[in-house]
Amino acid sequence: MLTLEDVTFTRDGFSLTADLSLAPGSRTAIIGPSGGGKSTLLSLIAGFEMPDAGRILHDGTDITPLPPSDRPVAMLFQDGNLFPHLDVLTNVALGIEPVARPSSAAQKRAREALERVGLTEHTAKKPGALSGGQQSRAALARLLLTARPVVLLDEPFAALGPSLRRQMFDLLVELLPGATILMVTHDPDEARRSAGQVIFVDGGRAEAPVDVNRFFDAPSAAVSAYLA
Amino acid sequence: MAERAQPLTGTVAAGLLAAAAIPALILVTGGAVLTKATGASGLGPGDWAAIRFTLLQAALSALFSVALAVPVARALARRRFAGRSLLVALLGAPFLLPTIVAIFGLLAIFGRGGVLNAGLVALGFEPVSIYGLWGVVLAHVFFNLPLATRLFLQGWLDVPSERLRLAASLGMGPGAIFRHIELPMLARTAPGALLVIFVISTTSFAVALTLGGGPRATTVELAIYQAVSFEFDLGRAALLSAIQLGLTGAAALFALSFVGHAGFGAGLDRPTRRWDGKGAMTRTADSVAICLAALFLILPLAAVLIAGLPALISLPDVVWWSAIRSLGVAAASTLLVVALTLAMARAAVRRRSLARPIEGAALLAIAASPLVLGTGLFILVFPFADPTRLALPVTALVNAIVTVPFALRAVLPAWQKIEADHGRLAASLGLKGWARLRLVELPRLARPLGFSAGVAAALSMGDLGVIALFADSDTATLPLQVYRLMGAYRMEDAAGAALLLMLVSFALFWLFDRGGRVDADA
Repeated sequence: MLTLEDVTFTRDGFSLTADLSLAPGSRTAIIGPSGGGKSTLLSLIAGFEMPDAGRILHDGTDITPLPPSDRPVAMLFQDGNLFPHLDVLTNVALGIEPVARPSSAAQKRAREALERVGLTEHTAKKPGALSGGQQSRAALARLLLTARPVVLLDEPFAALGPSLRRQMFDLLVELLPGATILMVTHDPDEARRSAGQVIFVDGGRAEAPVDVNRFFDAPSAAVSAYLA
Repeated sequence: MAERAQPLTGTVAAGLLAAAAIPALILVTGGAVLTKATGASGLGPGDWAAIRFTLLQAALSALFSVALAVPVARALARRRFAGRSLLVALLGAPFLLPTIVAIFGLLAIFGRGGVLNAGLVALGFEPVSIYGLWGVVLAHVFFNLPLATRLFLQGWLDVPSERLRLAASLGMGPGAIFRHIELPMLARTAPGALLVIFVISTTSFAVALTLGGGPRATTVELAIYQAVSFEFDLGRAALLSAIQLGLTGAAALFALSFVGHAGFGAGLDRPTRRWDGKGAMTRTADSVAICLAALFLILPLAAVLIAGLPALISLPDVVWWSAIRSLGVAAASTLLVVALTLAMARAAVRRRSLARPIEGAALLAIAASPLVLGTGLFILVFPFADPTRLALPVTALVNAIVTVPFALRAVLPAWQKIEADHGRLAASLGLKGWARLRLVELPRLARPLGFSAGVAAALSMGDLGVIALFADSDTATLPLQVYRLMGAYRMEDAAGAALLLMLVSFALFWLFDRGGRVDADA
């Protein structure tokens, strides 16, 4: 269970409040107008931003004071999910051992993970030499190795075409079947297809999650205004 | 990253210590200077003359450099020709060129027995003298015309191409384009360029040492040097140092706001597409400007090459020994610059609230005159030790301190970009300390770091300043050796040594800069 308990965050005239819980293994779409705080919500959970008040709990443990790497949370960003100057194998191995020279054991596991995402041929290449889809696969291979129970997606597949985007999400679910997934999206169809519930973020407030069908079929006034 | 009550980490402490070293050194040497200065009895007429001359030559140097740069930059901005990018690259050379080498070259062209006077005499004119005010200004224009040209060229390239297209579609003539597009750009760029060159010219010791002198052409820094070396009047040297500090300090800090992106010519090799300037008059004017500027830059360097090449193999041992000493000084200075810059930049990136104070501390070094730092250190060291024995370490230290601001300006923005691009990924993976530095930051900093190290090595290799205060014949560096050979009229050896100095300085820059580019893909 991931819980945001009376979380408030204010920075430079922007503010966000959240008080909500997410069941383990749930898949949640985060929807709302640009600048409403979708990315900030993810940053708070990931630990890149600190709330001014409130707590973030995972399975009853307060994770608010923990740095990003000590949280049970992994995040895929819109871009920059791989270090461009390191080869694919090293990029993935860093998911197990964030050290200057990942051990041969870590490299072996990284190779296996890359095999699972179909990148066996590309381990020695730099990310720049891969296609967008292959880069996403490499990032997913690392996600597999970090094995954190909560996965945050800040539109990491936005640059891919619709069918490739769907493939990547399906691969993610296949690799991490029990993960709690939160994903920012602008696309109602994608939300219906991939998520069971929706958090609507607007006007500095992240609403409690609502069943995805109810969200779209019986929208509140604010949601209708956004969807229209 | 959020900033919450954070402990004083080792990184931050190291960065603060490195940043504090610069103001501390300035304060300590300045304090030493002031305690001595109180004993001196006011300013004599000679001192006032030095102040007047310093300001006059700096003002003239700035005016001529900027005025002459306008036609050159304009021609470079709108013409395409074979060798254009080579010429633009050449504009960066004087920055790294050891002053004494440039002066040797300028003397070969404009000096008493130089090419220019040979021509004048052959045509029945009186020969001209390069010594005194006009010689000092000439040398400063040689160094700063390229700088001003680069600043203006940047200004021209920053003019949005839409504006030139609009001018073309409106059918604006050269006069209208100049009035509405070019003049506003020049008015924005010129004050900064004037100020920067003014400041540089007030602290250029080696030019005044070689081409100035005498009651009518002595700068404040030269007067300091003479007070220390010839009269051994530390009180007077201290008083003059205080004046020099005030003279440059304010102007330098003021000038800093203008130097923003006076890069190294990166991106300057693309001419803008223009539709004006097709007339025969402007074509001719542009050609003349480019040719004259190229000759002005190339001839002195060519003179060093031609005069030095035959002497290079038969150089006396003292020259080689001084070259080895200079290499040691350059290596120590470079190491210090890299260490200080990395420590300061790392702390500024890890703790964002410290970025401005750390940058500010580094910038103080620009306001400090190296010769004043040296004088202060001389005063401090003198009661305890023979200054000549510390000549080389002190030179390396002062060279490093004055280069740190340039290095930090190259490294810190790059590091901040690395943090913005990859900081969150590194944090979420738990990459910390050495692993983060080794895997993420150093590889991506290689270019600016290599460039900075190259600049530090070349500037230290060619520096003729503090060393003149401290050195005796056993501790001379290569630039000082060149100066002494010139003073002894051993022109062949001087030419060979000058060529050696030029080659080593450029080679050092090339090696480090190149090193930073290898494997810096993606």
